[in-house]
Amino acid sequence: MSKTLFDKVWDSHVVRHVEDGPDVLLIDRHMVHEVTSPVAFLGIKNRGIGVLYPNKTFATADHNTPTINQHLPVEDPLSANQLAALERNAKEHGISHWGLGHEKNGIVHVVGPEYGITQPGATMVCGDSHTSTHGAFGAIAFGIGTSEVEMVLASQCIMQPKPKKMRINVEGELSLGVTPKDVALYIISKLTTSGGTGYFAEFSGEVFRQMTMEGRMTVCNMSIEMGARGGMIAPDEKTFEYIKGREHTPKGADWDRAMEYWKTLYTEEDAVFDKELTFYAKDIEPMITYGTNPGMGQGVSKAIPFSKDAAEAEATYKKSLEYMDFNEGESMIGKPIDFVFIGSCTNGRIEDFRAFTEIVKGRKKADNVTAWLVPGSHKVEAAIKEEGLLDILEEAGFVLREPGCSACLAMNDDKVPAGKYAVSTSNRNFEGRQGPGSRTLLASPLVAAAAAVTGKVTDPRELMQ
Amino acid sequence: MAYDKFEILKSTAYPLPIENVDTDQIIPARFLKATERKGFDENFFRDWRYNKDGSPNEDFILNDTRYAGSKILVGGKNFGSGSSREHAAWSVYDFGLRCVISSFFADIFRGNCLNVGVLPVQVSESFSDNIIKALQEDPTTEIEVNLFEQKVTLLSTGESENFEINGYKKANMLNGFDDIDYLTNIKEEIVEFEAASPLRS
Repeated sequence: MSKTLFDKVWDSHVVRHVEDGPDVLLIDRHMVHEVTSPVAFLGIKNRGIGVLYPNKTFATADHNTPTINQHLPVEDPLSANQLAALERNAKEHGISHWGLGHEKNGIVHVVGPEYGITQPGATMVCGDSHTSTHGAFGAIAFGIGTSEVEMVLASQCIMQPKPKKMRINVEGELSLGVTPKDVALYIISKLTTSGGTGYFAEFSGEVFRQMTMEGRMTVCNMSIEMGARGGMIAPDEKTFEYIKGREHTPKGADWDRAMEYWKTLYTEEDAVFDKELTFYAKDIEPMITYGTNPGMGQGVSKAIPFSKDAAEAEATYKKSLEYMDFNEGESMIGKPIDFVFIGSCTNGRIEDFRAFTEIVKGRKKADNVTAWLVPGSHKVEAAIKEEGLLDILEEAGFVLREPGCSACLAMNDDKVPAGKYAVSTSNRNFEGRQGPGSRTLLASPLVAAAAAVTGKVTDPRELMQ
Repeated sequence: MAYDKFEILKSTAYPLPIENVDTDQIIPARFLKATERKGFDENFFRDWRYNKDGSPNEDFILNDTRYAGSKILVGGKNFGSGSSREHAAWSVYDFGLRCVISSFFADIFRGNCLNVGVLPVQVSESFSDNIIKALQEDPTTEIEVNLFEQKVTLLSTGESENFEINGYKKANMLNGFDDIDYLTNIKEEIVEFEAASPLRS
């Protein structure tokens, strides 16, 4: 039977199939961070077992790290304790550790690709649902729980039933001001946050072929927000070009052998998916969310839907708008905002900062806006400086912070206060996600930039020529 | 982490008919800072359970004394979406719940529940609606979840439905086993398999 890209990678990693149960899946690459790993390390300790392949696990600190004064001791004792535990556990088991201040430090899903840990045809997991990011390279990558982190440490395997397969095609060419983030938010708005549950998605079609690797990462990153376990894109010349020469990528004859394998990683023509959807680029506008889940999004120029037209049941929908203090039928354009956050594993890469800078260049940050600009890694931070973006940003009244997950989940001090609105390039607008009582509007770096300079929700196309 | 085995559970239940309950509600990120599995029950649904001043939110179902001590939570559609934090499943278990019933579960949360000893029971939307209605009308209504028979029964009316769980996970839950026991037992096979895959090293 003809195979999909997903079948090829999954099937080649199945150590054994448990009858009337899951597959035992070998994991090639495992990333760990300070929040979801300590209990897993404690687990193997209590069982008296070690880490089976320490060279296949990589540790970086990102979730609760401060984004200013990283050279000073971390003030929050609980965060400091988790960071110390990660360092101690990594050291004890011989695992690479890129802690706070390390030149390779950054968000786990940003540094993985940067150093060539992420590769086509690999299986990759991390105790973080946005591990789906790495699917941009043609890897099967998904988030796992702490019990599974423990399994990977102990046995390099997890036990998972094979998900169903879904293909999402987006055809045509994106219009001005429409970014990969908008493509992701558009798809989620059509599928809802549960439309992909039970599936692993492959993104296909002209839009993804044209998309840069960083854009592909943004889309795959958000695949969890439609409920899918992960999303992936077949590797092509762009993929190979991106990974070539990176620290952990194969070199010389190993590279040639790897390329032979990687070139087989595509969905065969007559392979069958359990579900297939096609969307058109011409229908996609710059997007923004108005509710409390990532599926509650629409073109920035549209009015908030009436509950009778919403995917949610009436009570759920009304509760959501009440939390946001929005009304049905209101326009989003012109709504005043208080915070702008650019960063996270969704939009914390150099292209995102380039896009943001494109809009703010020659303009000034609005006085009513507090802006947090948080690069995804030190490498991104360095590129922002090298490319001269920092000068433009500072000229416009912005300050660049240090890398980390930051206000995406507000485990550090970067918390949006209760009742305040944040236009955020992150991935979740759940109640309290960016701080207790915070109100999040998810959007692209362009929409965030337009909001940052106007102080309100603005269509970025009006500022682009 | 070991958990108590699950066979037949008969209990009252908390009705929570909100859709898309995400794991940031089940346990907000700021409470994920432990390095041990301790104290998660206190922060279970923290921001819905407590008012801003720290006093209990009397309107929230988990604070409704008529349901106190229930071992089952009946949630709305798409329960447990969002983050992969297993802390969400730990907080369910540590709060004293052994079973969550919903017409639809998010994948990672469902898997995490099974790994920590909480049984996710997926039922039809109409049955879920009936259960919630019965619980709201009479908080003493009991539900029986029989894992041997894979059957959930609303005891007040006798209405019942079968639910799915694969044989492997079912045996684990019935015995209180976890996947690591299984995996460490086949370590040699894993090592052999890995060695035959040079490209993956």
